[in-house]
Parts: sequence; C-alpha cells; structure tokens
Amino acid sequence: MRHIISILLENEPGALSRVVGLFSQRNYNIESLTVAPTEDHSLSRLTITTIGDDRKIEQITKHLNKLIDVVKLVDLTEGSHVERELMLIKVKASGAQRAEIKRTTDIFRGQIIDVTPTVYSIQLSGTSDKLDSFIAALGNAAVLEVARTGVTGISRGDKVLSL
Amino acid sequence: MELLSGGEMLIRALHDEGVELLFGYPGGAALHIYDAIFNQDKVDHILVRHEQAATHAADGYARATGKPGVVLVTSGPGATNAITGIATAFMDSIPMVVISGQVDSSLIGTDGFQETDMVGVSRPIVKHSFMVQRAEEIPEIVKKAFYIATTGRPGPVVIDIPKDVTDPARKVKYQYPDSVKMRSYSVPSKGHTGQIKKAVEILLAAKRPVIYAGGGVIQGNGSELLTELARMLGYPVTNTLMGLGAYPGTDEQFLGMLGMHGTYEANMAMHFSDVVLGIGVRFDDRVTNAVNKFCPGAKILHVDIDPASISKTVTADVPIVGSVSTVLEEMIDLIKQSDSQVDSKSLELWWQQIEGWREKECLKVEASTDDSIKPQQVVQAVYKATGGNAYVSSDVGQHQMFAAQYYVFDKPRRWINSGGLGTMGFGFPAAVGVQLAYPDAVSVCITGEGSIQMCIQELATCMQYALPIKIVCLNNQALGMVKQWQDMQYGGRHSHSTYSESLPDFVKLMEAYGHVGIRIDKLSELDEKMAEAFAIKDKLVFIDVSVDATEHVYPMAIKGGSMKDMYLSKTERT
Ligand SMILES: Cc1ncc(C[n+]2csc(CCOP(=O)(O)OP(=O)(O)O)c2C)c(N)n1
Ligand SMILES: [Mg+2]
Repeated sequence: MRHIISILLENEPGALSRVVGLFSQRNYNIESLTVAPTEDHSLSRLTITTIGDDRKIEQITKHLNKLIDVVKLVDLTEGSHVERELMLIKVKASGAQRAEIKRTTDIFRGQIIDVTPTVYSIQLSGTSDKLDSFIAALGNAAVLEVARTGVTGISRGDKVLSL
Repeated sequence: MELLSGGEMLIRALHDEGVELLFGYPGGAALHIYDAIFNQDKVDHILVRHEQAATHAADGYARATGKPGVVLVTSGPGATNAITGIATAFMDSIPMVVISGQVDSSLIGTDGFQETDMVGVSRPIVKHSFMVQRAEEIPEIVKKAFYIATTGRPGPVVIDIPKDVTDPARKVKYQYPDSVKMRSYSVPSKGHTGQIKKAVEILLAAKRPVIYAGGGVIQGNGSELLTELARMLGYPVTNTLMGLGAYPGTDEQFLGMLGMHGTYEANMAMHFSDVVLGIGVRFDDRVTNAVNKFCPGAKILHVDIDPASISKTVTADVPIVGSVSTVLEEMIDLIKQSDSQVDSKSLELWWQQIEGWREKECLKVEASTDDSIKPQQVVQAVYKATGGNAYVSSDVGQHQMFAAQYYVFDKPRRWINSGGLGTMGFGFPAAVGVQLAYPDAVSVCITGEGSIQMCIQELATCMQYALPIKIVCLNNQALGMVKQWQDMQYGGRHSHSTYSESLPDFVKLMEAYGHVGIRIDKLSELDEKMAEAFAIKDKLVFIDVSVDATEHVYPMAIKGGSMKDMYLSKTERT
C-alpha cells in the first residue's frame, strides 16, 4: 500500500541525506519527496510517499524515528488527511487545440500561467491521481515538459504534527 | 572562563567527559589536535600502526569496560582506514566516538589534498555524526556525541573537524556543559508495565520455556538480573555468540551457544519450545536459520531497547521496548508477587528431554592417535592455562567458533568478538584495547594464521607499550572456514583458501619485534607448553599451534532448515 510519511526534521546540514540514505541503505523505495523549512526555521518538514506492506512501513517509521535528526513523524495515511501535489506542465498549443486545452484546464481547475503563440504553461494542484488524469485528458496534445513537486499533506481535524 | 584553542578544547572536553585513553594515528589535518595532546598529561594517547587497529582497539576497550572507546585519526586515508572498525562497532552496538581531522573549511568540496567526505562515507555505519563548523561548538558536540554513543542502543559516533577549527592561534571561551538536551533524541528506559505483566504470565505458564539472551544483556549490564531470573524460574538458558558470558557458562541451566554453530541441545530446545524469552537479541539469521520454520510452537516474548529490532525478522507475540535491566528487574518483582507458580511437572519433563539431547555430547572431542592436535583441544588448553579467567578476543573463522564453543565464559565482557560484521583482523587490536584497560588481566587473542595477518602490524604497538598479550594461533595453514564451506558446498574445490607454502615463520617474526614465539605441534606437549607460555607475564607471547587442518566446526545449521536441522559431524546429521 502507498503511505505518506510526514516528518519534522532538524534543519541541519546533512539531515536530509541521512533520511534519503536510510531508504537506499535498507532497500525502501521513495515514490516522492518534498522538503522545506517550516514556520519555525530550526525545523524542516519533509513528506515522503513510499510503498510497502504494514511490516515494511512499521520498520521504515521505526528506523526513521531512530535517526537523531528526526524530531517527530506521522504516517498521514493512517488517518483521514488532505494531500496535494503541484504540477507545472508545458503543452504545445496551436490552432484548434488551444481552445480544447483551455477547456480541459478549466475543468480540472488549473490555470494557464504563461502563453506564447504555440505553447501554454499550466499550473494544476490536487491529488497525484488528479494530476495523472489531467495528463491523460490532454489526449493527443503534445506535452513538452512536466514538473511535479511530489506529495505533501496534512491530517484533517484537530490532529497536528508539531513539537 | 578559560580561553582555549579548538584543539585544546577538544582534548579538554574529552578529559571532562572522563576519557582516559585515545587510540589514534596523526596526520596533517589532525596536527593541531596532536599538538594539544602533547601539551597536557590528562588524556593518554596510544599510537597504533594502522587506523583500523585504532578503531578495533577502542572497540575492545569498550567491550571489556563498558566505557566508550575513543579514536583520533586524520582526514582522507586516516578516516577511510577507520571505516572497517566503525562498521564493526556499529553492527555490534558498541559505544565509540571517532574524531577525524578534516581539511580546512575553505577547502571542503574542492578535492583538497587528503579530503574525503567522512560524514558521507561513514553515514550508513554510524549512529550519528557531526561536522564541526566553529570552535565554539566543540564542547557541546563532544557532550552530545558521548551521550548518543553510550545511551539507548549504543553505537559509534563520528566527529569530523576541519583543521582551521582547531587553529592554535584562535582561542575562545571554554566551558563544558553538564548535560545535554536533544529534542529529537530520547532514550527508552522502562518497558511498558502492561506488556511486562503479560510476558510474565506467559512465562510462568510455559511448559517448555527457553531464555535466549544476547549481547544486549551484556551491553545493558543485565547479567546478574538475568541470572537471578533464570535461577528463580529454573528455566534453561542459551546465549548468542554476542551474549556469551551474559549467563554463567558453567551453570547447570546453561545449554551453550545457539545458532549456526550452537550446541545440539540449545538448538533443539529452541525448536521444540513453547515459550521463548528473547532478551537483548535481534533474531539474527545466524541464529534463526529459515525464519518461516523458526520455533514453530513457540510464543515469542522479545525485550530490546531498540524498537526497530523487535518484529524485524521474527514477529514478537509480546514486544517489550526498554532497557534490559529495568525490564528484568520488573519481571523479577512481578514473579515474586505473582500467585502463579512455575509448572514444575512440565518443567521436569522438559529438563528430561533436554538431558536426553545433552547426552549426544555434541562438543565431544576425539583425541587423535598420532599425537596431532585438534583445534578444539587448543581452546580447551587455553581454558585450563587461564583458569577460565581471561579476557578472550578472537578473529573470524573456525578458530572463532571453536573459541566460542570451548572457552566457557562465566562473566560478561570477557568474550570480545566481532559477531555482526565478522571482521578478520579484529581480534589482536581488540586485545590491545583490553590489555590497556586492564593491565594486570590476562588478555588472550585466539586467532587463525589468516586473520592475524590482517592487523599484524600491531606487534609494533605492543612493543612500544610493552603489552604482554597472549596470541594463540590455531594454525591450520588455510582460510579454514572458507575451506569448510568449500568442502561442504563446492565439492571440495579449495579456490584460493590455502597458502601452506607461504606462511611466515611466526616465531622468528616475534623475535624481530622483541616478543616471544612458541611453536606447539604435539598433543602430548600442548598443556605443558601452553602453561609455560602463560607463565610469561611480562612479554607478548605468540603461541603458534599446528592443528589438524581437516577439522570442521560442528554442529552446523543446515541452510534453509529450521533450528533443529544440523550437521553433527562429517557423517551425521539430525
Ligand atoms: C575482512 C574479512 N575478509 C574475509 C572474510 C571471510 N572469511 C571468513 S572466515 C575466513 C577464513 C579465516 O581464516 P583464519 O583466520 O586462518 O581462520 P580459520 O577459519 O582457519 O580458523 C575468511 C576469509 C572475513 N570474515 N573478513
Ligand atoms: Mg586458518
């Protein structure tokens, strides 16, 4: 199963490499990874999506917790949560396709953020599935470039990941 | 407040941390630190002859004393030479602090002379690491490093220090912190009382129990409590390779070592048990054999300080995360208070069954008829000559297994071996660390002619510091353990495992270093010459014993089987 693990990490040099190293060293896979400082600049928030059965995920969270730089973590997929990914995508848009692409973008509630006579740059956020569907919905329009941030997330309700 | 340079601060901080001994080797990036060592007399420095040996010596010191071992090396090759020793300590959870010099901060990342990314290279084999950026950080980083290395599940910590940080011309205020606070590191102490209660109930209701205790009991100073618990219950105890000495080896309740080369009775008892209490163990593949066939009828109670060790390979029915000694204490109290009693009828039957297995005498040695020496007999002779009281380090191979099987350890911290990584070359430098920790004790290294040559340069260190170590070499003129596997699994094709034509004359070699060399090749002279060797108290003695090279280590687990599946000799299997 796919899991989203969110981590509060000391914002120290080398901390990120320890997390990434753990995954390669123990043969765990990383589907996506996002990281940025939080409102408290001594901490980074890191979100990893990974795939594994319960036993593997338990090992992953235990080993992450053992890393000295990991302050706290939560497996968001254990409870109800909101997850989002941001995508910037550049598509060839000329002639009749321009209107078609615009319509599809609207349906997905994306925004066209840059325009040239032959190219649209589109911004879209949502779950990873939604981003995948958007690409599929573009049909035979030529996709020139895709930049996705990877998943970040937060749990619903009162639950917070903080010190 | 005093003003000190970074180099001076480092040495002062080590002293304030209680460090008496450093093992190291100098070089450019560490020279400011070495100058600071020269100008004081509180912390001793032992000059080894290879950085690998510095780490193994510090490791041996740590295993024997329970105190952290401390290593100082220079950047680049000095740091990379230390890697094998750091990995060895990591696998066996040994507290160690390794300080490595680094090139000037301004040169980092430029492929400067002797620059290696030590923090990066060591990352997968350390518990944590620090890169010092300013001299002011040194006291706190040293304090944190020792705290991390010695608490929880212990392990090695690296402190990498760029040369400019130790500059003698730049002095800053020094104060050593009394304590550390780290929001991201907490040490589990007491186990969960509800879980411990549950474990005790299951333990008391057991009909065929086994206590399976490992290195964690030694590291966690839990041997006496383990012994108290086992005696209270009257249950059989087995130790892992790392746990030998955690329970007295001469005790009636002791079944011997378990696992790949464990005793018949220990492995049979595990397999047929209904309750296994694993304490300070990690259900290593060298113990369990095929995990899916492991102890089919047993409930597993698992106590360990490292949550990640629990249910890693074998799922625990009752997991207990906590320090071995606090959990054992709580268990003992609960048993004393409990209304339930041990099921003594079942226990009696269980012991009868175990006695039956013991009758196999799986470790019996048949003496040769031609006065040649069996390797097992050498270990028995060492046991006799030392009255069972020595600190015994070993290398890796057949000799290591014979040492584990035939030297009986009654006390913890006496058996010093690289169990997890299996590092040839570990034994001799580890014996150096032991001898320096306990100058009056007998420090023996049981080794093979293969392993000893991996760190033999330390003969010079022993000369310099007059260390009267005893090296017992079970000389089978081969990489015996490799050869055994080739005999058993590769149709006897001895690919690159023999070198009988090219062995050094160890006796002459010892003379070159001012040590004593003794050769033994007749069984009839074994005990007498061994006693002679151990009677030499003030010199290093190398006892080179020619042993029967055809001997294999038995019992031996049959790959892919359960714990009850063993070869018992070249012709017999279970
Ligand atoms: C550094 C290292 N290299 C290789 C091995 C693989 N290995 C395990 S045992 C062994 C043979 C050891 O020979 P020796 O020290 O003579 O011991 P014996 O088995 O003959 O008693 C080898 C090569 C190892 N454990 N460590
Ligand atoms: Mg050999």
